Amino acid sequence: MNKENIAGGGSTGSTKSTMVEKILAAKSGQKKVEPGNLVNAKIDLALGNDITAPVAIKEFERFGVDKVFDPEKVVLVPDHFTPNKDIASAEQALLIRSFAGKYKIKHYFEVGRMGIEHALLPEQGLVRPGEVIIGADSHTCTYGALGAFATGVGSTDLAAAMVIGEAWFKVPPTMRFEYIGPLPRWVGGKDLILYTIGRIGVSGARYRAMEFAGPAISELSMDGRLTMANMAVEAGGKCGYVQPDQVTFDYLKGRVTVPYEAVYSDQDAVYERVFSFDVSALEPQIAISPSPDNVHPVSEARGTEIQQVVIGSCTNGRIEDLRLAASVIKNRRVHPQVRMLVIPATQQIYRQALEEGLLTTFIDAEAVVSTPPCGPCLGGHMGILARGERALATTNRNFIGRMGHPESEVYLCGPAVAAASAVAGIIVHPEEVVQ
Amino acid sequence: MIFEGKAWLFGDNIDTDAIIAARYLSTIDPRELAEHLMEDIKPEFPGLVGPGDILVGGENFGCGSSREHAPLAIKGAAISCVVARSFARIFYRNAINIGLPILECSEGLTGIESGSDQLRVDLEQGTVTHLRTGDIYQAEPFPPFMQEIIGRGGLVEYVKARIGQAQ
Repeated sequence: MNKENIAGGGSTGSTKSTMVEKILAAKSGQKKVEPGNLVNAKIDLALGNDITAPVAIKEFERFGVDKVFDPEKVVLVPDHFTPNKDIASAEQALLIRSFAGKYKIKHYFEVGRMGIEHALLPEQGLVRPGEVIIGADSHTCTYGALGAFATGVGSTDLAAAMVIGEAWFKVPPTMRFEYIGPLPRWVGGKDLILYTIGRIGVSGARYRAMEFAGPAISELSMDGRLTMANMAVEAGGKCGYVQPDQVTFDYLKGRVTVPYEAVYSDQDAVYERVFSFDVSALEPQIAISPSPDNVHPVSEARGTEIQQVVIGSCTNGRIEDLRLAASVIKNRRVHPQVRMLVIPATQQIYRQALEEGLLTTFIDAEAVVSTPPCGPCLGGHMGILARGERALATTNRNFIGRMGHPESEVYLCGPAVAAASAVAGIIVHPEEVVQ
Repeated sequence: MIFEGKAWLFGDNIDTDAIIAARYLSTIDPRELAEHLMEDIKPEFPGLVGPGDILVGGENFGCGSSREHAPLAIKGAAISCVVARSFARIFYRNAINIGLPILECSEGLTGIESGSDQLRVDLEQGTVTHLRTGDIYQAEPFPPFMQEIIGRGGLVEYVKARIGQAQ
């Protein structure tokens, strides 16, 4: 079923390909594909969580099959409403737990072993360059940071993939984003991606692959890259990726034991558009409610009162994020009018933060530290906002009602601004807190 | 398939949190979800919308979270069809996969009185007719393979048929 082109796209006439085109060609058994082609590609990993997998399981049962295509290539992570917030969410978690048992799903991560899926999978070595990964979660695009083609799908797509190990894709045109200049202090992956979304808008990369490149990306750590690829979907992107380099291989070392093949864009591959951003004087960025493209330098939002700060999520709940936040808040205290929540994204990150003394720093500052669920990011549980409240969060979406009451607000930023603002009680530049 | 129904107008970038808020995601029952459709941006909407009505969106309809609960909630409200200038890609996939008819009409529908004007949607022809003004809009055609998914009533039936053929 996979060795076919379901429908033609316009030929560019080029013999060169981008990374995504090469991966989709290889996985659909073709020499070359063009943007606009529809292909069936073999799936290396299919992911679901406690919100999306229950719908997928219901659909899966309609196929009348007695096994998944490969029990080692299905990943189930109960991370959204866990530890379960109520009876209904406990029933959903039970459903995927039972499914995982019945179909012998190797990578089912129970509470205590789990983490937020998009932090967990790379950490556990389940993501490799050159692979095709789908997840019934929009932030599946995170894995592009490791040179995979990874994209979010819905529950029915996940159900079909669990049966046949394939999914259909329209080959996306690729947009290239080059970031020039050394990154200023306090500016990281979150600021780069917010700036990019601010420049092109929430549908600026709709249906497109986003290739992140340039000297600033070469210098960016894997945690920073994961943050960038994570938010490709906030620009409408199908995927966001960084081509594998030494940073990638260093990250994979010790995590990945199976062979993989890194794939790269050809030197003169055809891009739909190329953007070049000089980021050498970039300020930390803030996305003001209610849209991720309502992006401003932090100075323009300075003084805005906040009642809650959240540091965590699949976007910014990794060890570097916690280190940065801890470095800002060390020997300081959360403002009396502010509640600060710190949510390490996985159990491993939690332990590492504990061993490095970061958790003590947060607790001394009177922040609360939690086990890793998605929690408040999507207004699920733990840290829901009341009417009229405003949160500053290192998460990825600030839509109306995202973290609670429809009349509450979410502003998005990186960990340094979040921690500094928690101390000040208003939005500030980290330099105002850290002299 | 031809639908006629009352049009409900929504703007650009309607996200899936707006379509169905996360606090209602502990159910997968379309009818239950429908009781909260568009609640955070138009609280009275679940009480106003009726069977056969048509949603009209602007650019990038259904952006954000991949929750299939969003098209399920729309289906649960017995809405016949969604017409938008453009759709966010996961919503687009989800709607096709669960057999919710959608049409992408890039020129954009104009002069619609939300909640009163009637539209006629012809899925085969890909046309949308504004019944009060008589304006006809042409939507983007679906590739044949997607037409087959829609024709079979969704991805599950489509894949079942493909597996059947292969054996």
